[in-house]
Amino acid sequence: MDLLSENKRAAIWSIALLVVGLLVWEFSITAQTLNTGELTEYELLTGAGTAKAGVPPPSEVLVKAWQELSNPFYDAGPNDKGIGIQIGYSIYRVLTGYFLAAIIAIPLGFLIGMSSLAYKALNPFIQVLRPISPLAWMPLALFIIQDSEASAIFVIFICSIWPMLLNTAFGVAGVREDWVNVARTHELGAFKTAFTVVLPAAAPTIVTGMRISIGIAWLVIVAAEMLVGGTGIGYYVWNEWNNLDLTSVIFSILMIGVVGMLLDAAFGLLQRRVAYTE
Amino acid sequence: MANSFLSIEKLTQKYPDGKGGEFTVFENASFGIEKGEFVCILGHSGCGKSTIMNILAGLSDPTSGVVKMDGFEVSGPSLDRGVVFQNYSLLPWLTALKNVTFGVAARFPDWTKQQVEDHSIAFLDKVGLSGDAIYRKPSQLSGGMRQRVSIARAFANEPKLLLLDEPFGALDALTRGTIQEELLKVWSGTDQTVFMITHDIDEAILLADRILLMTNGPLARVAESVEITIPRPRIRTDIVEHPNYYAIRNHLVQFLGKRSAELAGQPSEAGATHSPETIRIDKTGTAASDKPLLQAVKT
Repeated sequence: MDLLSENKRAAIWSIALLVVGLLVWEFSITAQTLNTGELTEYELLTGAGTAKAGVPPPSEVLVKAWQELSNPFYDAGPNDKGIGIQIGYSIYRVLTGYFLAAIIAIPLGFLIGMSSLAYKALNPFIQVLRPISPLAWMPLALFIIQDSEASAIFVIFICSIWPMLLNTAFGVAGVREDWVNVARTHELGAFKTAFTVVLPAAAPTIVTGMRISIGIAWLVIVAAEMLVGGTGIGYYVWNEWNNLDLTSVIFSILMIGVVGMLLDAAFGLLQRRVAYTE
Repeated sequence: MANSFLSIEKLTQKYPDGKGGEFTVFENASFGIEKGEFVCILGHSGCGKSTIMNILAGLSDPTSGVVKMDGFEVSGPSLDRGVVFQNYSLLPWLTALKNVTFGVAARFPDWTKQQVEDHSIAFLDKVGLSGDAIYRKPSQLSGGMRQRVSIARAFANEPKLLLLDEPFGALDALTRGTIQEELLKVWSGTDQTVFMITHDIDEAILLADRILLMTNGPLARVAESVEITIPRPRIRTDIVEHPNYYAIRNHLVQFLGKRSAELAGQPSEAGATHSPETIRIDKTGTAASDKPLLQAVKT
């Protein structure tokens, strides 16, 4: 075992845990369904013997996943679209709301970080608006915007703005005075200082905020789509629940996790690019 | 003094003492620096050396008094006054070379990219940095190498006045010695005016044309201006043999050890100008006399 690196040993443990977990899940469910035995007449009349919708075993989920992923982009009407299309809609909404938030949050964060007056003036609003659950905005958004698609994007916008705003402000305010003095002694103007000194110095903190935001946005889009309906992975989960198709529900839950992980990993890469050691 | 290249006139710095009163760091400090001169300022912590440096750099404003360079009053930071900070102040996300080109590009906006880079590489080479090292980030360089980059950045900009704020304070003694020599080498090829803060007496004697001595704060003042009567080029191992070396050194040690405290804390009469007393110690050519020749000239 000592011959293997820690990473390899960890991978072996992960696979072992996965296999054991799946086996326990598989056998606990088959044991349940086998426990029917001889039925009394009463039981037959009440329909106890018919197949009950239960939690599916992992084997069924895997078969479902294979079917869905081998043809992810089919479109057979409003209630029957491939998983790729549903996830595509969700990602589109998340990214639209997210980048709108970034366009506002990052410059505003710069302002708040550079000027203590702006910080003091805006802080009460931020503190009141920030703890509001993004879904609480949904009725108001639906009423004002009158469009479910745009309302979902608005909800993503409002939930991803806060971590980016606060982290940008925090990062900008925390830029070492020495570095700002370097800019001052080199007679850099305000914009040049902002782009060549403050932005790279604060970038790691800003990107951390962006990473937190994309995570929250992906959490919120599922709930938002359950409310607005029509398309998206959140709607898909809810629709399959209404169909009592738990295999699809479990499959889509896993897909939500995988996409969330990929989004986070993308920002992890960006974070590594802007990192520096003092 | 008013005709000096750099003249500091009646500089006073006060801070609120937190009890509603005022705390005077120094008052009516006045002195001048000539073009091409290398001047060190020595004094205990808290006497306001760094405050004077920040005022000269334009990074902070004095409570009263003016600083004139080339006859014009200094206000705000400028590329004419380069600063080497104690903690190097390199931008950690840029390579050593980029840290220098950053400054050069700001100083000479008309230059092409190639000109900026060649100029920067030349100055890095002067402080002994070349090859691979200049493409590394500051975090991958030793403290001594970082300070070399910082010195190269300042000299490459060819400012009219170069301000060094305890540039070797954080370095070990051996590295400090090498970089002092490199600093002398870079400086001697120019007519660069340098004003440097230091805590190290030997460093000051090695580098400076003149050493300004400050009394302890509060109410500190620049009490003496000691000329270093040791000819250049100076080499560390040779100057200790020079007859003036220990005479000057003793004078400085005596000042910092005793008189800096004795002279401290005297409030000045209104409107007074505190100019330093010029001290010239020269034992060469006076071998016949046992007494050191000590001239005190009030300017």
